[in-house]
Amino acid sequence: MLLAPALLVSAVLFTFGVAGVLLRRNAIVIFMCVEIMLNAVNLTFVALAQQLGVAGQIFVFFVMAVAAAEAAVGLAILLAIFRHRQTLNLQNINLLKG
Amino acid sequence: MPALPLSMIWVVPALPLLGFLLNGALALARPGAKRAVSIVGVGTLVLAFAAAALAVVEFGAQHATAPLVYRYWDWILAGELQVPFALQLDQLSAVMILIVTGVGALIHVFSVGYMHDDPGYARYFAYLNLFVFFMLTLVLGASFPVMFVGWEGVGLCSYLLIGFWFNEKINADAGKKAFIVNRIGDFGFLIAMFLIFWRVGSLDFATVFAKAPAAFAPAGALITAITLFLFLGCTGKSAQIPLYTWLPDAMQGPTPVSALIHAATMVTAGVYLVARCGVLFALSPIGSATVAGVGALTALFAATIALKQWDIKRVLAYSTVSQLGYMFVGVGTGAYAAGIFHLATHAFFKALLFLGSGSVIHAMHRAYHATHSHEDAQDMRNMGGLARYLPWTSSLMWIATLAIAGVPPFAGFFSKDEILGVAFAEATVRPAWYVFWALGLAAALLTAFYMTRLMLYTFHGPNRTGEREREHLHEAPWSMTGPLLVLGALTVAGGALNVPPLFGGGAFLERWLEPVTGVATRLSPLVEVPHATEWALVVGAVLVATLGIAGALRLLRPETLVPARLAPPESGFGRILWKKWYVDELYDAVFVRPIMWVSREVLWKIVDVRIVDGLLVDGTAVVTRALGWIGSRLQTGEVGVYVVGFVVGVIVVLVAALR
Repeated sequence: MLLAPALLVSAVLFTFGVAGVLLRRNAIVIFMCVEIMLNAVNLTFVALAQQLGVAGQIFVFFVMAVAAAEAAVGLAILLAIFRHRQTLNLQNINLLKG
Repeated sequence: MPALPLSMIWVVPALPLLGFLLNGALALARPGAKRAVSIVGVGTLVLAFAAAALAVVEFGAQHATAPLVYRYWDWILAGELQVPFALQLDQLSAVMILIVTGVGALIHVFSVGYMHDDPGYARYFAYLNLFVFFMLTLVLGASFPVMFVGWEGVGLCSYLLIGFWFNEKINADAGKKAFIVNRIGDFGFLIAMFLIFWRVGSLDFATVFAKAPAAFAPAGALITAITLFLFLGCTGKSAQIPLYTWLPDAMQGPTPVSALIHAATMVTAGVYLVARCGVLFALSPIGSATVAGVGALTALFAATIALKQWDIKRVLAYSTVSQLGYMFVGVGTGAYAAGIFHLATHAFFKALLFLGSGSVIHAMHRAYHATHSHEDAQDMRNMGGLARYLPWTSSLMWIATLAIAGVPPFAGFFSKDEILGVAFAEATVRPAWYVFWALGLAAALLTAFYMTRLMLYTFHGPNRTGEREREHLHEAPWSMTGPLLVLGALTVAGGALNVPPLFGGGAFLERWLEPVTGVATRLSPLVEVPHATEWALVVGAVLVATLGIAGALRLLRPETLVPARLAPPESGFGRILWKKWYVDELYDAVFVRPIMWVSREVLWKIVDVRIVDGLLVDGTAVVTRALGWIGSRLQTGEVGVYVVGFVVGVIVVLVAALR
């Protein structure tokens, strides 16, 4: 079975996602990185479902549904921010600074 | 007439309370309604006197040997401490309510004339009624806490009435002084109450006095402490050394107030307390000796000061302090009946003297008012020869003077003589009483002297009021001289209350009070002396009084006096007396100033400004602001930074969870 390689890929993808969220400035890129993290988790679920039963695969559907909703809401927010400020650089979006 | 149940004794204090409420409402709503105020103020007191008289007659008919206690409602219920609001009628409180309502009613009548032109008329009567209510609560209370309510209440009313004309600072200060000095005494009363409760577990008079002989070791430390603390309360309320200084200053109030509160009723509360707690004092020889000793010392001390005062009311004030000293000699010796007897006769003749002086001041004040003069209407150097203008006042005050000096057959002779007699008898067992007796006798000499001086300077010799003012001097209206006449009759006849067997009397008051004082008297019996000794004492006392009066008549020359504004300052020993032995100055230097200094320099400038305001209040703000500043540094507004924090946090939690 391909469990170990699948988990390895999942881990690498998740790390990329985290690194991207932490390091990139563009909100759309960060958003995409979050999606990568979600899909890394999906891969883990699917891989482990081979051994632990079908529940993992069902979880993946939930995650996909939530990710779709999140994409809709998140992209709408990003669009609104862009219209308002003509930028998506997070360093410039700091109105809540204390 | 059907006899009302004695459980309705609450009506007696409730009537003045009603008067206070009505007059208080009038004072706020219609201060000009003087007619209504007079009717309410005097009417409630007269009714209260009638109710008290009915109750006492009914009580006397029952021949009760135990106090009648009526519980009305539960007042304080806290664990072991059960204090019902209960009133107690017994022989002692019967005497007191008659004096309070009787003399009180007369003084209310007098006030109608005396205060008639005062803008605060309604307020005055409201306070006066409230005072009578509290005084009745004091004497009728069936437990220490109920009595304490009255005790504090009369202190409050005293403050309100001394400072009645509060727009002059000296009056407001006198009111404050009375209140604060009384508070010192109240502290003693409270401590004594705590000690009693700690040992006996109850504060009801009946329980405490029944258990006291078993609960307290005779002459033990605890009972001595209790009696001394109780007596501290008495020295405050009844103006004895060392807390007497408020009473002469209390003369700043209206004169009827001085008569009611500072002569006839409130100041006798201390004597009443010692008589009420006779059982406790009988158990403590040190306590009772202190009472008698302080009383005797005060009697002489205050009498010396009275020798050189010029303000007519101040002479009477020191005379009151001195006479209260006699009462304490009586109750301290264990002769409670003698003390209460002197309390009663003193209430009559001192109220008469004060109201008489009020009549004099009223006349003087009107005379000066008519000519727009600003002379002192109370200074005896501005009086003289007033007997021609105020014949009634003059003759009635002479009666009171003879009574207070102890000339037979007036009331004061019997009571004062009895106190000196028991003191001398006690001395045959406890030699310290020789000193007390001698002090009392010396005070009697001075009393006769200064009272004759007061009468000579006020009513005799040439008039010094002023040429233009003289024609405005005349007798007060009948509403003022009427009460004087009644008090005069009581002063003449009051001695009949308790004529001792020595003069063939039945000692009515002594037998009447026996059910109350009997327990204490059995614990520490009075000493009897042979009749021959008693006669010698009586003759001696009369001689001393005569000597004092004759000495004053011979030594004092009213015609050499000059009006106050021309008078040279006193010199030599007279100045020390005139300055009241510098006691006020001494207290000022020893207590008032150090306390002021500590308050200002330490409590205010260091404790309040630096510690409370600086360290605690401002310090809290500084710390909060610093913490807020540190927290606000985290709030960069950059999502990246937050995410870093979030990830680091997750990693920390994971690591911690996996370890």
